[in-house]
Amino acid sequence: MKKGVVALACPRPRPFWSRTREKTKTAGRRMLPYLLIAPAMVVLFVFLLYPIGYMVFLSFFEWNMIKPMEFVGLQNFITMFKDPAFFQTLLNTLQYTFFTLLFGMGLAILAALFLKKNTRLNRFLQSTIFMPYVMPLVSVAFIWMWLMDTDYGLLNFLLQTLHLPTVDWLGSTSVAMYSLILVSVWKCVGYNTLIILSAMQAVPNYLYEAASLDRAPARRTFFKITLPMISPSLFFLTLMNLIACFKVFETVNLMTAGGPVNATTTLVYSIYRDGFQFYKLGYASAEGVVLMVIIGICTLLYFGVLSKRVHYR
Amino acid sequence: MPKPIRSTARWIVSIAILLVFFVPVYWMFLTAIKTLGQCYQTPPSFWVSSPVWENFVNAINAIPFWSMLKNSIIVTLGVLLCQCITVIPAAYAFARLRFKGQNVLFGITLATMMIPAQLIFLPVFLMFSNMGLINSYASLILPHATSAFAIFMLRQTFKQVPEELIEAARLDKASQWKIITRVMLPIARPTLVTLALLTLITTWSDYFWPFVMTTNNDVRTLPVGISMLRIVDGGVQYPLLMAGNMILVLPVLIAFFVAHKHIIKAFTYMGDK
Repeated sequence: MKKGVVALACPRPRPFWSRTREKTKTAGRRMLPYLLIAPAMVVLFVFLLYPIGYMVFLSFFEWNMIKPMEFVGLQNFITMFKDPAFFQTLLNTLQYTFFTLLFGMGLAILAALFLKKNTRLNRFLQSTIFMPYVMPLVSVAFIWMWLMDTDYGLLNFLLQTLHLPTVDWLGSTSVAMYSLILVSVWKCVGYNTLIILSAMQAVPNYLYEAASLDRAPARRTFFKITLPMISPSLFFLTLMNLIACFKVFETVNLMTAGGPVNATTTLVYSIYRDGFQFYKLGYASAEGVVLMVIIGICTLLYFGVLSKRVHYR
Repeated sequence: MPKPIRSTARWIVSIAILLVFFVPVYWMFLTAIKTLGQCYQTPPSFWVSSPVWENFVNAINAIPFWSMLKNSIIVTLGVLLCQCITVIPAAYAFARLRFKGQNVLFGITLATMMIPAQLIFLPVFLMFSNMGLINSYASLILPHATSAFAIFMLRQTFKQVPEELIEAARLDKASQWKIITRVMLPIARPTLVTLALLTLITTWSDYFWPFVMTTNNDVRTLPVGISMLRIVDGGVQYPLLMAGNMILVLPVLIAFFVAHKHIIKAFTYMGDK
């Protein structure tokens, strides 16, 4: 085959050294794509895919970095599912995810409708809402920790001036989780708004013209045209938000340290604590496997539903 | 609804939005220039006539600030450089060359976008600790040395480059290297700028990875340093903490105001697939 190529390329016979060069050149050309993607692939395999395998492997062992590893089969998972604290961790994560998603997306849709017209004021407001999203999470966590301070915080001062009872934002078991949700919504709503707005602007105008010819009321236009047309973006955004919520760590670690009494311990925080503070590496890996399965299911569901239900342009 | 009520309602909502998103940031700035006494006075004052800049000096002195700033710069630029080296050739190969296993490898690349750092930090930490690389720049830079998302975006851009341009370059006997540097990259410049901004901002702001990968201050970056300001002298001193916070946020906010359009575009990219 190679001979044919060479023959086509150079009909006259060539000296032997030229031919070998030609040969290595085609071989090199075939290898070139692999060389080009090699650096990226190496990083992805070594630092993303291999660790996942290693984590699954570790989840079948008991190991505290001092004693040698001991194979325990499914014991870590059995212990985990018998542990009420783990269930609280799961529930906390779901609670956080559910409410962040609900308010983060709901408010973003409202904001997008409010800012739909491309005026200067609206563009300014849009940037303002978006600003927290680019700020480091550490800073956001500390700003809100200060605003939520029980005695001197701005939020409680506002409540006092309105003659409302003050709230122990981060110290009460029933409120602390909602405070974290508030912070997370404040941070992500601008991003969601941005994506929804750009999806709305991509809806072809003739659809709205047709609706206005039919004198469709605004609400029906929204539910029958806007919402179906932006549903692929909404759906993708939901998946991104889901993963972002499952991996919450910074605000928990900095603002509440999982407390009070585990009320805000989420899955990633629990993995961190079991692995890095209690040195239960096998058990922490088993928790990691649970997180992986949850993310995996969401991703598969996303692609499954996407291929069937969502309106696609 | 009658028009005047409607427009008043619009103004009220607009102002409410501004307050909700600006006041927390303003409050950070204000606290950073208050004295401890002013900070804890009730009712709080919403203006400071004589700002106190010592908080910034104290914040810088309370942590190994300069070495952490150096670490932040090294890690941020290191990640950016590595991503350039890994992402550009990979995106070119996926966009413009045909090879066996291409679709499978590209599928794997896309799938890794769903793996957050928070899922794999424990095994990666153990890997680095086996190699004795904990508290090294490598442990902070290498795991982020590529970005599946950036490969994906850049591939889309490269795909849109008209075939005629590349044909013309090939006729001129341009090597693949020349095709990439002289034809593809200049066309892809806006995308490159956006992706670079995205990497710079996320790496600079990242707290989680340097926090879990390090056990001492040798290579810790600024976000971890600022988080150490939470407890100074046994308690929270909000003016100090907010001053440190300002130092961390300011570069990002300045970048946001200067390259505001680019940044918005960068994050919009991330949402549209």
